[in-house]
Amino acid sequence: MMAQTPYQESLHLHDPQSFWTKYVWSQDHKVIAIQYVITAVSVGLVALVLSGLMRLQLGFPGSFSFIDPTSYYQYVTMHGMIMIIYLLTALLLGGFGNYLIPLMVGARDMVFPFVNMMSYWVYLLSVLVLMASFFVPGGPTGAGWTLYPPQAILPGTPGSGAGIVLMLVSLIIFIVAFTMGGLNYVTTVLQARTRGMTLMRMPLSVWGIFTATIMALLAFPALFVGCVMLLLDRVVGSSFFMPAVTSMGQQLDYGGGSPVLFQHLFWFFGHPEVYIVALPAFGIISDLISTHARKNIFGYRVMVWAIVAIGVISFIVWAHHMYYSGMNLYLGFFFAVTTLIIAIPTAIKVYNWVLTLWHGNIHLSVPMLFAIAFVITFVIGGLTGLFLGNVAVDLQLGDTYFVVAHFHMVMGVSPILAIFGGIYHWFPKATGRMLNDTLGKLHFWVTFLGTYAIYFPMHYLGFLGVPRRYYNFESFEFIPPSAQTLQAIITVVALTVGVFQLVFVFNLAWSAFKGKRADGNPWRATTLEWQTPDTPPVHGNWGPRLPVVHRWAYDYSVPGADQDFLPQNLELVVATAGHEGQRAQGSEA
Amino acid sequence: MSAIPQVRANPLGRGTVEAGQGVRATPPLQPPVVRRGTGGGWGGNDGGPLTGGDGLPLSTAKLGLWVFMGVVTVLFSIIVSTYVTRMGFADWRPLPEPRLLWLNTGVLILSSVAMQWAQVAARRGRIDSLRVGLLAGGVFAWAFLAGQFWAWQQLGASGYFLAANPANTFFYLITALHGLHLVGGLVAWGKTTVKVWRGFEVRLSVELCAVYWHFLLVVWLGLFVLMLTH
Amino acid sequence: MTVAILLVVIALASVLFHALSPWWLTPLASNWHQMDATLVITLWISAIVFVAIVLFIAYAVVRFRYRPERRAAYEPENKKLEWWLIGLTSVGVVAMLVPGLYVWAEFVDIPKDALTFETVGQQWQWSFRFPGQDGRMGTVDAELIKPDNPFGLFPGNPFGQDDVLVQGSEVHLPVGRPIKVLLRAKDVLHDFYVPHFRVRMDAVPGMVTGLWFTPTRTGRFELACSEYCGVGHHTMRGLVVVEEEAAFHAWLKTQPTFAQSMSKVAAGTGDGLAARGRDLAQAKGCLGCHSVDGNRSAGPTWKGLYGKTETLANGSTVVVDDDYLKKSISDPNAMIVKGYSPVMPPYNLSGEELDALIAYTKDLSK
Repeated sequence: MMAQTPYQESLHLHDPQSFWTKYVWSQDHKVIAIQYVITAVSVGLVALVLSGLMRLQLGFPGSFSFIDPTSYYQYVTMHGMIMIIYLLTALLLGGFGNYLIPLMVGARDMVFPFVNMMSYWVYLLSVLVLMASFFVPGGPTGAGWTLYPPQAILPGTPGSGAGIVLMLVSLIIFIVAFTMGGLNYVTTVLQARTRGMTLMRMPLSVWGIFTATIMALLAFPALFVGCVMLLLDRVVGSSFFMPAVTSMGQQLDYGGGSPVLFQHLFWFFGHPEVYIVALPAFGIISDLISTHARKNIFGYRVMVWAIVAIGVISFIVWAHHMYYSGMNLYLGFFFAVTTLIIAIPTAIKVYNWVLTLWHGNIHLSVPMLFAIAFVITFVIGGLTGLFLGNVAVDLQLGDTYFVVAHFHMVMGVSPILAIFGGIYHWFPKATGRMLNDTLGKLHFWVTFLGTYAIYFPMHYLGFLGVPRRYYNFESFEFIPPSAQTLQAIITVVALTVGVFQLVFVFNLAWSAFKGKRADGNPWRATTLEWQTPDTPPVHGNWGPRLPVVHRWAYDYSVPGADQDFLPQNLELVVATAGHEGQRAQGSEA
Repeated sequence: MSAIPQVRANPLGRGTVEAGQGVRATPPLQPPVVRRGTGGGWGGNDGGPLTGGDGLPLSTAKLGLWVFMGVVTVLFSIIVSTYVTRMGFADWRPLPEPRLLWLNTGVLILSSVAMQWAQVAARRGRIDSLRVGLLAGGVFAWAFLAGQFWAWQQLGASGYFLAANPANTFFYLITALHGLHLVGGLVAWGKTTVKVWRGFEVRLSVELCAVYWHFLLVVWLGLFVLMLTH
Repeated sequence: MTVAILLVVIALASVLFHALSPWWLTPLASNWHQMDATLVITLWISAIVFVAIVLFIAYAVVRFRYRPERRAAYEPENKKLEWWLIGLTSVGVVAMLVPGLYVWAEFVDIPKDALTFETVGQQWQWSFRFPGQDGRMGTVDAELIKPDNPFGLFPGNPFGQDDVLVQGSEVHLPVGRPIKVLLRAKDVLHDFYVPHFRVRMDAVPGMVTGLWFTPTRTGRFELACSEYCGVGHHTMRGLVVVEEEAAFHAWLKTQPTFAQSMSKVAAGTGDGLAARGRDLAQAKGCLGCHSVDGNRSAGPTWKGLYGKTETLANGSTVVVDDDYLKKSISDPNAMIVKGYSPVMPPYNLSGEELDALIAYTKDLSK
């Protein structure tokens, strides 16, 4: 059984020699992934500081004179936008996607390495443009991350001069960068899988990232169009989204446009975006739970179909963000139904994670702890989504702290926990060293319990009706003073959790050079990235021969096998006849 | 070294082994024996048909192009649906289509035809026809872009400014975006043309250019029809 | 073991928190008790699922914790179990969706006999308009909005003449009668939100939106803007006073009609320069950022402002007089008071308008 030449089989490595081509202008997917991770984490730390400043104002209003309404709204906006787009999307797809896809499907690299490299540099440019807005007159935009017109481009909003323009330009650049990366991820998964790696043998991490990338390629154009049109409205005075308005007592030259049209474009991107962030996290968590519980993922096919179903349905639920936006009220029926339907495949994923634990042999390693924390946090965030998706309940809870708590649980904390788990899990592969376990556990407990203590009580402020995006709540009679006490407690916890992220940063930096050395497969995992001849993998990943895949990604604890995991590239010869006691012979290469 | 049916027959390749049967694993890092391949560089994006791995039976570059065209299709579909929505509002004043656009459309069709000609020539190995087709395709494409720019000038001169009415803004936005995509194609065309003159193998590059040209032509025809509808 | 205990503690603490929380829905003051019911149903279903999953994980983590001699089960799938779970989840989803859609069907069906009034949002204040004796509201156009015609009514429209225009952020409503609120916005998105009434709706420039409810008890209920509308968003408050029908009509009679306010403008003099300044401050949106009661807002309060010595952002001081005020209106960012941000756009006012505004601030500083 001789096979034909597979793609990327032979090696004609033109290994880059100089420092610059090896680590800076590198076309190696692993280097690009690490560049993405470092950039995204750095910009994420900026957003973390912004959230701390925001919490200072909410917890102790008036105590910090430099936080005026203008800067408060700028913190809110930049925190949200950076976290969602420039941290989560970039880190999960650009970072994890780049690192894991070629290794997990058994490819030597992405199929278009040059385009892949360009994707990172264009992403960096978008980050720099965004950061520049902190230094222009008027500061960054304070329009809220949803950038709703007319407010976003009118003078009553902070940063409506250069700030909003830079924000829109940065988003447009980001979308270009993402498209270049996304083409690679999709094409690599479709084309560069090694022999035997059928689609239904791929690890769920690849399925999650692959589906999320397709969704992003379909959803980002809507944001692109929205941003370009809003930019034209702002800069040349066109009226795509701008009706006739009287701003600050002056009639402006706009007329006829529809602000709701922008909201449709924004949420046609914005809702899939939630799943663009969630699906890679789903995949990562599936792999972590299976590996560290030494058990196959429960219901693999259903898991794959759930990912695909969520991806498809998430394109017909967007207007649940717009129940009271002024769109036709009858649409509420349709979008409430679709939104609650999407809960079913999502719930199945949760069941299958916890059922994977059942009859497992569970190592409570740091990645596993983060995976368990993810499931719990995600369950809360998912369940509260059922409140907001149900149109009649959204009418009273919308735009309150309930929403803030909900989306932070479901698409803030959850994906971050998955990212942490993923980093603790794959760090040994990327660096050849383990992260420190004690620091990891400290970081885990503070992060998990802390975020829970921040966001669980916050739902109750929402029940009370406390509106979000408020600089302060002075002289509201329906808000009791105890609510302010709660805000202060939340602030203290939030700052603590924020400071403890330094433990993680320190752990990364210290362990990269001084950590305990790891062998090639410290978790004894089945998937291909753990079977590379070198750790960390070298340029080209696989040495002279590509691996050949013989099994699905979850052969843990197979009855009768000598070890409790069978790598995907392991070929078995098993006795066929029922002769008692006949042993199978391992194939000799 | 052949695997047993149970393992092979299961599409997931799950190591389901009947109870009582023994399984012993080989060391995981042992590379399996595979015939040495003879393909081109693994990093290039012009890899030939993939028959060995588990990819789809078409060239990687072509698949990449199709995915990209899918994204561009989504982009223009969203613009079209926005256009149609905005058209329904009261302040919509359609702008007169300059006659020039008909001429430009014709030029773009010629450009596409020339690219097709080049592709056929490349397949049949007729290098002279290839050069003529490729050059003509590029020149017509540049002419189309110049024509579009001229149409902008004409509209501006007769008072249809960018921000005066949403129909105007849409016209400038749509033509600019379509033009930008064509400029991107012309970059690829430029690289291909250089390769032809230097005598490299270009069959795939020419084919990709032709496919992209036809795609942009179809997109343009769709947009043109849309803008003719009042 | 520690992990399992902490997981159980999380589940218990969450339930306890709910039981002991002093924070819960504001006391209902409208007919939408079914919305609360839907919320409570959803909460119970969610709580049961959440506690079950957390306890399941806690048990599994203890029961199946790593032991070197043990091996995990090999169990790729279990179709029967999966179908059961899908079925149960669907039942739960239907149980939440049905009451939700039922309530929504009532919300979209506006009662024919509802009392209609209009709420207009602008940065950062509310104003209200009631139909007059004829029960019909006059037609409006955003392009007609002027300082002396803040609602943009057509001057010649017969239905508009008797429309009652409520300036100021307090509106009165009769108890026990369906109320239909029409919403408009002059500049950006706003949102009409009274927590006690449960319902809300965005006010969108360029279109008219609406909602309805029936107030079920008298009282004073706070109105908040709950769609982010710029730097003064948190200051955009209002008050809805629900009272008996007779008291409501008495209040409505004290408010000026459109015709009255137009004739006042035509007469020119009004109630003096300061009163004209007050109208102007309302119309131009000044009061969105500058309070007149001494409260801190996006901009300095006007109460006691005139004649005061202010410290500027650059550390120097200035006495607030006619010149400073004029300069700060036409070029607001030139001399920013310490602690405030340069967010105010320049206003081009006539000399007469400036005098009126200054007279008004003088009046507030007496």
